Amino acid sequence: MQPFEYANPASVQEAVALLSPRWGQADVLAGGTDLISCMKEHLHTPKRVVNIKNIKELAGIQKTAGGLRIGALVTMDELANSADAKGEYKSLAEAAGGVPSPQIRHMGTVGGDLCQRPRCWYFRNGMGLLAMKDGKSLIPEGENRYHAIFGSGPAYFVSASSLGPALIALNAKVKLVGPKGPREVPVSAFFVAPKDEASREIALQPNEILTEILVPAGATHSATYEVRQKEALDWPLAAASVALTMKGATVGSARIVLGHVAATPWHAAAAEKLLVGKAINSANAEAAGKAAVGDAKPLSQNAYKVTLAKTAVKRALLDAVKKA
Amino acid sequence: MADTPDYSWPSMESRKAMGKSIKRLDGPVKSTGRAKYTSDLRPRDMLYAVYVHSPHAHARVTGVDTSDAEKSAGVKAVHVTAPAGTEVQYQGWEIAAVAATTEQAARVAAGRIRVEYEVLPHLVKDDDLSKATGRTKQGGEKVVGDPDETFKNAEVVSEGQYGIPIANHCCLEPHGAVIQWQGDKVYAWPSTQDVTTWATQLSPNIKVDATNIKVKMDYIGGGFGSKFGPDAWGETAARLSQKAGGRPVKLFLERDAELMIAGNRPPAYGKIRIAGKKDGTITGWQSDTWSTGNMPLPYIIDQIPNMRIKHDTVSINSGPSRAWRAPNNQQLSYLTCSALEDFAAKIAMDPIEVFKKAVEYAPKARVELYKYQLDKAAELTDWKNQWKPRGSGSGTVRRGLGLGISAWGGAGHNSNCRTTINPDGSVLVEIGTQDLGTGTRTIITQVAAESLGLPMGKVKLVIGSNDLPPDAASGGSSTVGGVTVSTRRSSVNALAKLFEAAAPALSAQPADLEAVDGHIRVKGSPNKSMTWETACKKIGPGKISEMGSFNRRQPAPGMNDQGVGGVQIADVSVDTETGLVKINHYTAVQDCGLIVNPRLAESQIYGAIIMGISTALYEERFFDQQTGKYLNADMEFYKLAGIGDIGDIKVHLDIRPENDKRGVIGLGEPPAVAICAAIGNAVTNAIGIRVPHIPMTPSHVLDALEGRIA
Repeated sequence: MQPFEYANPASVQEAVALLSPRWGQADVLAGGTDLISCMKEHLHTPKRVVNIKNIKELAGIQKTAGGLRIGALVTMDELANSADAKGEYKSLAEAAGGVPSPQIRHMGTVGGDLCQRPRCWYFRNGMGLLAMKDGKSLIPEGENRYHAIFGSGPAYFVSASSLGPALIALNAKVKLVGPKGPREVPVSAFFVAPKDEASREIALQPNEILTEILVPAGATHSATYEVRQKEALDWPLAAASVALTMKGATVGSARIVLGHVAATPWHAAAAEKLLVGKAINSANAEAAGKAAVGDAKPLSQNAYKVTLAKTAVKRALLDAVKKA
Repeated sequence: MADTPDYSWPSMESRKAMGKSIKRLDGPVKSTGRAKYTSDLRPRDMLYAVYVHSPHAHARVTGVDTSDAEKSAGVKAVHVTAPAGTEVQYQGWEIAAVAATTEQAARVAAGRIRVEYEVLPHLVKDDDLSKATGRTKQGGEKVVGDPDETFKNAEVVSEGQYGIPIANHCCLEPHGAVIQWQGDKVYAWPSTQDVTTWATQLSPNIKVDATNIKVKMDYIGGGFGSKFGPDAWGETAARLSQKAGGRPVKLFLERDAELMIAGNRPPAYGKIRIAGKKDGTITGWQSDTWSTGNMPLPYIIDQIPNMRIKHDTVSINSGPSRAWRAPNNQQLSYLTCSALEDFAAKIAMDPIEVFKKAVEYAPKARVELYKYQLDKAAELTDWKNQWKPRGSGSGTVRRGLGLGISAWGGAGHNSNCRTTINPDGSVLVEIGTQDLGTGTRTIITQVAAESLGLPMGKVKLVIGSNDLPPDAASGGSSTVGGVTVSTRRSSVNALAKLFEAAAPALSAQPADLEAVDGHIRVKGSPNKSMTWETACKKIGPGKISEMGSFNRRQPAPGMNDQGVGGVQIADVSVDTETGLVKINHYTAVQDCGLIVNPRLAESQIYGAIIMGISTALYEERFFDQQTGKYLNADMEFYKLAGIGDIGDIKVHLDIRPENDKRGVIGLGEPPAVAICAAIGNAVTNAIGIRVPHIPMTPSHVLDALEGRIA
């Protein structure tokens, strides 16, 4: 880790003023579960670290008739156990609760979950976000066991966010505050697949802070299903989050988003379409799972992830309509 | 031999300290963080050392420029270990090291060392021989009987392909040492499995007399066979200390370097064919395997009458291999037991019955033992009712049972112990051994307390220094067999002296006395007795100090022994839609001799199985052949089992008089052998198809189920 200046602002405005319009100058510290590792590995070498944990307005979960407002500093554990989230926003509470290791759930924040860097081992070994060598990505012919099965490059890492798929399925937005004030961005547009090494995997600007998540009410049934190998600290292999609006026994509308299978959470539109007007049963859930991975393009070592994604969709759908 | 004291162990029924499940003596200091491991030490004026490692898997060093580093703030010494001309054979190879007043200063300075390389072609993957041109060495062929004729005429031939990869040791405390080289003396605090000979190994490299190298270690955070010597970093830390004017230097490997260079267990890959009869009799064996090391197959059942055995070695650019808890046995057990299970499935026979026939080819002394253990393991797991033929399960989650067998030596190592009894009644026991976390401290204290008729608390034990009576390396499960005998002998010898001192006051002959419950009394006349303290007052002036030894060239029948077998059964559930494998129950039947402490013995078996489950389900290195990089040299993607991943472990310690009379046998390694075999067979039994490659990950399981294995 390199020496850095440590700033302790008390307000969002103050914090934003301490950031820089260029990446690499300053980093925002919340739970620190990812930033500290990145700094120890010299992947991030900020001149200034801006601690936002003292900013009171970034805390807390509020529920209104219109939806849920989640402060960026809410921990994964708080969200997982929030009575406000558990019922109507079950998929979100499940996604937070699925984050491995009590340590990460207690320290890690929802803002940090959305802003964490990819876990791709080429990236984490200092070979760049796209792992390019001589103009070509190392990943397709390299060790791609845990990499993308959707998208056509050049980004083959998978989005590390656990909440992203659930938030997109629930049509959530994030509020970003910069020097020019706040802006709201749909979570579906917050994640971006970078086209070049200079870009980031999220729409946040270097001088902006993610302050809150806004989740609208509406879905009647939701669930998240994650496939993770270990009970102990481990990252998911694939996940699916579904949000359904049921009309009686059949699906009025469906949102299905896959996690850890592409550079961004992956919207499974074909599966959604297939379900409208149908009941959720084993056969339809199975068919939706198949449709969700219809356009998957696995790499040399990760065809198994297609099966995992398919299974996750099927199981999330069945969970969503399961009587509690 | 009338003068030789009777060292034999007290009878099973009469033992007071031995045979009891006493909690480990260092448990409280370890669990509260008060125990100081070498990597916790921070002597006054200590400097922090940081290595510069090769980023390349294969390269020639063409230049090392340390001038900027030497001028860097806080730097007290720089030492180049791989000067220009050195051919670097793996990523992480040590190039140079810096010692500075703070860790940060050392890191900054290390970053200022400029190293130039001529990059050379590398091979970092060992699982595909066709890509290893020029890197293989043929080991020749061993032929027994007439394998060709046997296979040609066989009623049944089964065939399988199996692979078990390199595993890293992952010691929680990395490799390293704190060393101070002052004048002609070296003080070393290493993290080592061998306190006694560490100095004699370092001595020729730094040209300091071994007598002038003082070694001390209280606690070690894991070794597993990878910490026997001073290694390059021991010497480097010493040289940095000398260059820094004799200030102590701490040099510990970072986690990534720990995985890259501080040891790995060789892999094993290959094809095995078994010829046999439909009644389960095996008639022939044929194996064609490769590894980075030697792999003598078949395992245990090496008396098969017709065999053709071929093994090649391949050299790759990854760190050097080291002994790993029962070296090579886990790999050999995996290959052999997988092939046996596949043969059983081919003839549709219960594998317990096939294994019982197969062990007829084991060394004679253990044939009946294995049969007994197979029956015992079957009984403990209700095998008759729980086991179903391969692939007969249905549904998404399928259950399977699988078998593995093991063999190990566990003979005691050379050991010397000194027992001192002072006139005030205090007792000191000293041995130059080390406690790897196995409970050696507790065991020695139990033996001394038993031998002297004292409570555990009356015995003070000192270990962990080369000033003490010499012991040997803790490897090969040899510690317990050595230290128990040396402690028993020194304590019996010291007690004999105490009897001489106390006998006149009891109007008895020394030979008529015994030490029981803190008293010295006349055998058969418990009224003629005095307290331990009163007896010790008769010693003065001076004290009693007696040695006791075990030398493996002079066996101590009845006191210690070697040669154990074991049978283990895994009961797993496999989710066929995710490839996830969960351990339901894991059962170990372990042959052992005299058990000094059942709790610690069980604990050894639990630990071995946990480590084995981790290798069977999770542990895997990933190397990128394009760049030569070890991509998961960390504990994030080099996955280790956590407590929730282990399932329920059942241990059956075979405590019976006929085992007890063999004496003490080491137990650290034998239960670590059969886990990959048992779990691999259980997964195969559950899903009906062989998953050839350990670990049993979703990727490997689904690739097998979905036909993606060539």
